[in-house]
Amino acid sequence: MSPIVKLLAQRIALSLLLLLLISAVIFAGTIVLPGDVAQSILGQSATPEALANLRAELGVNDPPVERYFSWLFGAIQGDLGTALTSGQDIAEALSNRFWNTLFLAFWAAVVAVPLAIFLGLLAVRYKDRWPDKLISAVTLASISIPEFLIGYVLMYFIAVKLRWFPSVAMINDSMSLLDKLSAIALPVAVLTLVVLAHMMRMTRAAILNVMQSAYIETAELKGLNAFQVIFRHAFPNAIAPIVNVVMLNLAYLVVGVVVIEVVFVYPGMGQYLVDHVSKRDVPVVQACGLIFAAVYIGLNMIADIVAILSNPRLRHPK
Amino acid sequence: MSDTLLKVRDLKIGATVYPPGEKPRDIEIVHGVSFDLAPGKVLGLIGESGAGKSTIGLASMAYGRGGVKITGGEVWVNGRDILKSKLGDIRRLRGGEVTYVSQSAAASFNPAKKIMDQVVEAAVEQKKFSRKEAEARARALFAKLGLPDPDNIGDRYPHQVSGGQLQRCMTALALCPEPDLVVFDEPTTALDVTTQIDVLMAIKEAIRDTGVAALYITHDLAVVAQVSDDIMVLKMGNTVEYGPVDQIINNPQEEYTQALVSVRSIEHEEKSPTEEPVLSVRNITARYKGTQFDVLHNVNVDLYPGQTLAVVGESGSGKSTLARVITGLLPPREGEIEFAGRVLSPDLKGRTREDLRELQMIYQMADVAMNPRQTVGTIIGRPLEFYFGLRGAEKRKRIIELLDEIELGEKFIDRYPAELSGGQKQRVCIARALAAKPKMIICDEVTSALDPLVADGILQLLLELQKIEDVAYLFITHDLATVRAISDNIAVMYQGKVQRYGGKSQVLSPPFDDYTDLLLNSVPEMRLGWLEEVIANRKMESAGN
Repeated sequence: MSPIVKLLAQRIALSLLLLLLISAVIFAGTIVLPGDVAQSILGQSATPEALANLRAELGVNDPPVERYFSWLFGAIQGDLGTALTSGQDIAEALSNRFWNTLFLAFWAAVVAVPLAIFLGLLAVRYKDRWPDKLISAVTLASISIPEFLIGYVLMYFIAVKLRWFPSVAMINDSMSLLDKLSAIALPVAVLTLVVLAHMMRMTRAAILNVMQSAYIETAELKGLNAFQVIFRHAFPNAIAPIVNVVMLNLAYLVVGVVVIEVVFVYPGMGQYLVDHVSKRDVPVVQACGLIFAAVYIGLNMIADIVAILSNPRLRHPK
Repeated sequence: MSDTLLKVRDLKIGATVYPPGEKPRDIEIVHGVSFDLAPGKVLGLIGESGAGKSTIGLASMAYGRGGVKITGGEVWVNGRDILKSKLGDIRRLRGGEVTYVSQSAAASFNPAKKIMDQVVEAAVEQKKFSRKEAEARARALFAKLGLPDPDNIGDRYPHQVSGGQLQRCMTALALCPEPDLVVFDEPTTALDVTTQIDVLMAIKEAIRDTGVAALYITHDLAVVAQVSDDIMVLKMGNTVEYGPVDQIINNPQEEYTQALVSVRSIEHEEKSPTEEPVLSVRNITARYKGTQFDVLHNVNVDLYPGQTLAVVGESGSGKSTLARVITGLLPPREGEIEFAGRVLSPDLKGRTREDLRELQMIYQMADVAMNPRQTVGTIIGRPLEFYFGLRGAEKRKRIIELLDEIELGEKFIDRYPAELSGGQKQRVCIARALAAKPKMIICDEVTSALDPLVADGILQLLLELQKIEDVAYLFITHDLATVRAISDNIAVMYQGKVQRYGGKSQVLSPPFDDYTDLLLNSVPEMRLGWLEEVIANRKMESAGN
C-alpha cells in the first residue's frame, strides 16, 4: 500500500473512533444532567403515579449501557429516536432544519472564505503599510464584538433604518433562491464578520512564513511581480495551515450559529436545540450533539486530508 | 551591444542592523567597488563570509536581500544604469537579461511545483520564448548539463532528484531564458567534492557553449580558478586585488591574497601507533530504527592516545553514524566499543558519568550547540561544575585558564554567543569540551562552516591543544585538505564500509583503490587546467549525490 493511502486510511479510522468516543461522552453527559423530563411534560401538579408511568413509558428507567447501545445502533441506521415532548420523529424534524443550517453556513462560507483569503493575500502584499493595518484593525474589531451585538446593530441600521434586508430571517420551501438569499443576508453578514479575522490572519501568517523561503527569492529574481510571487509560489506552500483554519471556521459556522439563529429567528438546528434544551428533551439534545460532533470531526478530517494531499513529498514519493 | 555588458562603478551597499539592546543603525557593507565584465567572460568574486560578494552579485540584478539597500554608485547592464530604472524595467531585467543560481538549489526550488514549470517560468514570463520553445530549450539544457533522462526529469518534483542534480537543474533554470549574464552564488559549495567537479564541469561547458557572461561567487579560490577569466578578491566590502586569473593565482600582489592562495600551510608530522589504543571500534554493524538496511557494515578502527584519526567520506558514507554509535546515541546491532581499556555500554543510558566525561564532542554548527541565553563563562563553567564540582573563584580561575588556552582571554567571560564570530564560537565549544579533561574528543565537521583562514586557525589550535592536553581526536570530515593537515591515521568510508584504513602516509600514497583515487583527485587544486585534467583521468563515476 502506498504511504499516502495508509495515511489517509489512518486519518479516517481515527476520525470514526473519535466520533464513537464522543457519542459515549454525549450520552453520558445528557444522563447526568439534572432535571426530569416526565416532570417537565406533566407539569408541577402531576401525581407520583403518573410520573412513574410516564417514566416507564419513555424508557428512562432502563440501564444506561443498554440504552446507549440501542441509541447508537439506531443513530447509525438514521433513526435518532422520537422527541419526548412532542412525539415527533427527530430525524425527520431535524433534516429540514439541518439543511437550513447548512444553507446559512454554506452562504456564509461562500462569502467569508474567499474574502478572508483575498484580504490575507492583500495584507501580505502591503505588509506593514496602511492596507495591512486597516485590514487587521477592522477584522480584529469585528471578532472582538460579541456576535449578537453585531447582529442587533446591523439589524437596526440595515433592516430598520435603511430597509435593505428583512430583520427576521424566516425562510421556507416555497421561497425562491433569491428571496431566501435576501432573507439570510444579515445573518450571513454577521457570520462573515465573526469568522473573517481568524482566517485572514492565519492566511497572512502562513504566507508570510513561506515568504522567508529561498524559493521566494528565486521567484522574485525571475522578475515576477508581487502578486505572481505570492499567488504562484507562496500560496501553494501555505495551503495546509490555511485549510486547517478554514475548516475550523466552517465547523464553527455550522455548530456555532445557535446565537445567530436565535437573534434572527432562523429556522435552523440551533434554535431547535435551544428550544428542546429548555424542555429537557434528552433525545433531541443527544441527536443535535451527535450531528454537531460529526460535522466538526468530518470537517477537521477533510482539513487533515487536504494537508496530506497538498504535500508533494507524500503525493509523489521518490 | 557595447563591449561592456556589466559596468559597476563605486557601488556602495548599506544595511540596517539591530544589535541587541541598542538602537538600530545603518552600516555600510560594501564600500565603493568597481569592475567591468565583457560579454561571454567570467569574473570570479572571492572572499570570506561578510566580504560582500553575494551582496554585490545580487546588486547586479538591483536586488537587496532582507534589509540590504544599494546606497550609491552605478550598475550599468547593457548600457542602462539599472539603479535608476523603474521597477517594471528591473523586473524585465531579472529573469530575462540577468539570472541567478543560488548556493542551495534544494531550498531555491519551490517544493510544490514541478521542476519544468520552474525552469521555464522566467523565459515564458519575460516573453523570451513560448512555453513550448522554452520546454524544448530546457530539455536541451538538461541534456547538456548531463542530467539523467533529460526528456522526463522536468516532470519530477524537486525532492525526487538528488542535490547535485538539482544544482544542475538550477543552472538550466538560469540559462533557459537565454540571459546575457548569470550570477552563480556559491553553486557547488553545498555539494560533495566528487559531485562538485561534475557540476563545475557542467557549468563551465554550459558557459562556454552558450557564450553567456557570468559572475562566479565563491569562497574557494581553487574552484574559481577553474572557471574564471578575471578574479576580484574582496575583504570586508573592499576590493583587495582585481586582475586576470593567472596573475591572482600565480603572482598575487597583496598579502591577503597570498594568504588565501597559501592557505592550509599546516605541517603535521604523522605519529606512529603507540601502546594501547584509547578507542577500539570492533566489528560495528548498525542500522537506524525502523529501517531495513545497515548503514554501517563491520567497521573496525583504532584511535591511539594523543593522536588523530580522520574519518573521511562523502555525505551518506556513514561517518556521522559512526560518531552516533561511539557516543551511544545509536546502539549498534553487532560489535562493541572499547574505550580506555573497558567495554562501553552500547546505550547512552548505561554509561557512567566517567564515560561521559572522558568522551567529549564538538559539532559543526557552533552557534546551535550553545545556549544563546548563557554567557561564555556559564557555558564553559557547566562541565567544571558537573564533572569536578568546582564553584566560585576556583571555577572562575579554571574558566580563565581555558579561555587563555583557546586564545580568547578573560574579557570574553561575560559575552554571549551572539556577540562572537563563527571562529570564536567554535573556540568556546572547544574549551567546553576540554573543560571535562577528556581522553578523546569527537570533532564532527568542526571546520566545515568556517571560512578557510578561520578554519586554519581552529585546526592549528586543535593541534596545539593536543600537544598540551594529550587528547585524542576522532575527526569526522569530508574535506581531504583538513585530513592531510592534522591526521595521524585515516579511515576512508564509502557506503557504510571502511574502504581504506591506515597511517596517513600509507593511505595517501599510491596504489589507490578507485574510490580513494576519485576522492583525492576531486579536491580542487589551485592551478589552471586542473578541472579538465581530472575529468579526463577519472576511473570511476561519482555517486552523484
